[in-house]
Amino acid sequence: MGKTLAEKILARCSNNETVTAGDIITCKVDVAMLDDTLGPWYVDPGLKKLGASIWDKSKTVLICDHYAPPATVAQANVVKFNRDWGIEYNIENYFEENGPCHQVLAENCFDLPGTLLVGVDSHTVTAGAFGCFGTGIGSTEMVGVLATGEIWLRVPESMKIVWGGNLSDRVMGKDIFLRTIRDIGHSGATYQAMEFCGETIHNLNIDDRMCICNMSVEAGAKTGLIAPDEKVKAYLEEHGNKKEYYMFNSDDDAEYSSVYYYKAENLAPQVACPHAVDNVYDITDVENTRIERAYIGSCTGGRLIDLMIAAEILEGKKLKTNCKLMVSPSSKKIWEEAAKKGILNILSEAGATILAPTCGACVGFHSGVLADGENCISTTNRNFKGRMGSREANVYLASAATVAASALAGKITDPRMI
Amino acid sequence: MSNRIIKGRAYKFGDNINTDFINPAQYMELSMEEMTKHAMEGADPNFSKNVRHGDIMVAGKNFGSGSSRETAPMVIKYSGISIIIAEFFARIFYRNAINIGLKVLICKEVSEIQHGDELEVDPQAGIIKNLITGKNYQTTSLPAHIMELIEDGGLIEHLEKKLKAEGV
Repeated sequence: MGKTLAEKILARCSNNETVTAGDIITCKVDVAMLDDTLGPWYVDPGLKKLGASIWDKSKTVLICDHYAPPATVAQANVVKFNRDWGIEYNIENYFEENGPCHQVLAENCFDLPGTLLVGVDSHTVTAGAFGCFGTGIGSTEMVGVLATGEIWLRVPESMKIVWGGNLSDRVMGKDIFLRTIRDIGHSGATYQAMEFCGETIHNLNIDDRMCICNMSVEAGAKTGLIAPDEKVKAYLEEHGNKKEYYMFNSDDDAEYSSVYYYKAENLAPQVACPHAVDNVYDITDVENTRIERAYIGSCTGGRLIDLMIAAEILEGKKLKTNCKLMVSPSSKKIWEEAAKKGILNILSEAGATILAPTCGACVGFHSGVLADGENCISTTNRNFKGRMGSREANVYLASAATVAASALAGKITDPRMI
Repeated sequence: MSNRIIKGRAYKFGDNINTDFINPAQYMELSMEEMTKHAMEGADPNFSKNVRHGDIMVAGKNFGSGSSRETAPMVIKYSGISIIIAEFFARIFYRNAINIGLKVLICKEVSEIQHGDELEVDPQAGIIKNLITGKNYQTTSLPAHIMELIEDGGLIEHLEKKLKAEGV
């Protein structure tokens, strides 16, 4: 019997010839990522209590992104604590106000094919776009990882999600994921690896692939993987990677718990309606829903491809005054690239507000939280009640193309029609 | 093992209770004590007023989905909940609960339990008795080494004890 991509990666990380779904194994961690909300603030007391030191500082990454830039003194104090902690423990891989951690990790070549990356944030699964086994863990678990460099894991079963054919114009990776979770459900992949494959997936750029893997945790997945290919190699080279990596792919006869097939040609833009990520409809079923806030940003939907498509839709146009569009590029690097290409200007001239790269509004912390009764369409990952601010607000999740088109019209609008 | 049998009143929730309901992110910058006052607010705004020390939380499918925030099981623990029984848990929440010393049991027939029912739970044997209806349920049990970790107070306290015992 052949092996899945997940099994092959975890075999390497546990120093085994092979492992099989269901095995409980001890793995060596390649990268440990701490963010500002759940990192040092919660990890430090445990480390001190145990008198432990960090097993390998070169493999430890500390990123202030959720609270940075801070809105309150309390948030500022957490960020300062993180910064001071980084100095105390001599963490060289320290990033502050550079954008959401998962994008920063990728750009700095920490998402390497065939490796294991654990982070104290559920969207650590984003790294799967590079064939890297990324998974979220709790802060206490992270104490153990930092002290020993190891973690025990149960090798997950894999679900195979196959997409064939070509996407229509202005249909994106986000639509692929939303269409998939519409069938699988909010908990349908609990404890499993979701493996996305097929020509549609491999025709996608890295930005769209990251969006898909990022959302896999919304179906409960332990990780969301795409087999690494030449595009991944090119990305790593372009970003100056010097470290070793391992190009695994699933065997043809690997065993999957379930297989789903989709045709990209038939895919309409998808919208996840309040208040669940799997409450998904074709855009034609929810068109004309009133929208007064729109958001493009986060570790899910503020990459260059997202900003480019938004600019394509909004160039030379003006947003209606009753709909505000906020744009937070997913990293400082993306911010600079978008500025160089004139994208930020196009968006700003259309009426958008350009924000710092941050987790901010996605998690309801700062920089544009929602008021009671507001309807917001957003490229982010969760539309739970209260997620982006008021519990009385409604969040619709969609691609950057759909968000830009909807912002322009002040109502949910099919981007293919503009 | 001390206090093996847990007795308490069922405090019931439905399916898909996510971490933004359990521990809304806006309160994460507060102290543990302040954060606990907002526990479960997204699902039941009166939870912190109504919960009693020793209550047993009973929930449906996919309890604790969403964020990896460990503060979610922590606010439940500090609210005085003795154990959570759910049809099944989201992956990260389940691990986090054990690591911070909160007992969690998986029970397929959990929907038969009503809010306010008096329950008697033996987590190590995996037996739930509903003292109101007289029904018994066999669940997955927590193995002895996990029970020991939980009763030590969580992973850190457990490791601390082990290190001391080894004379490190």
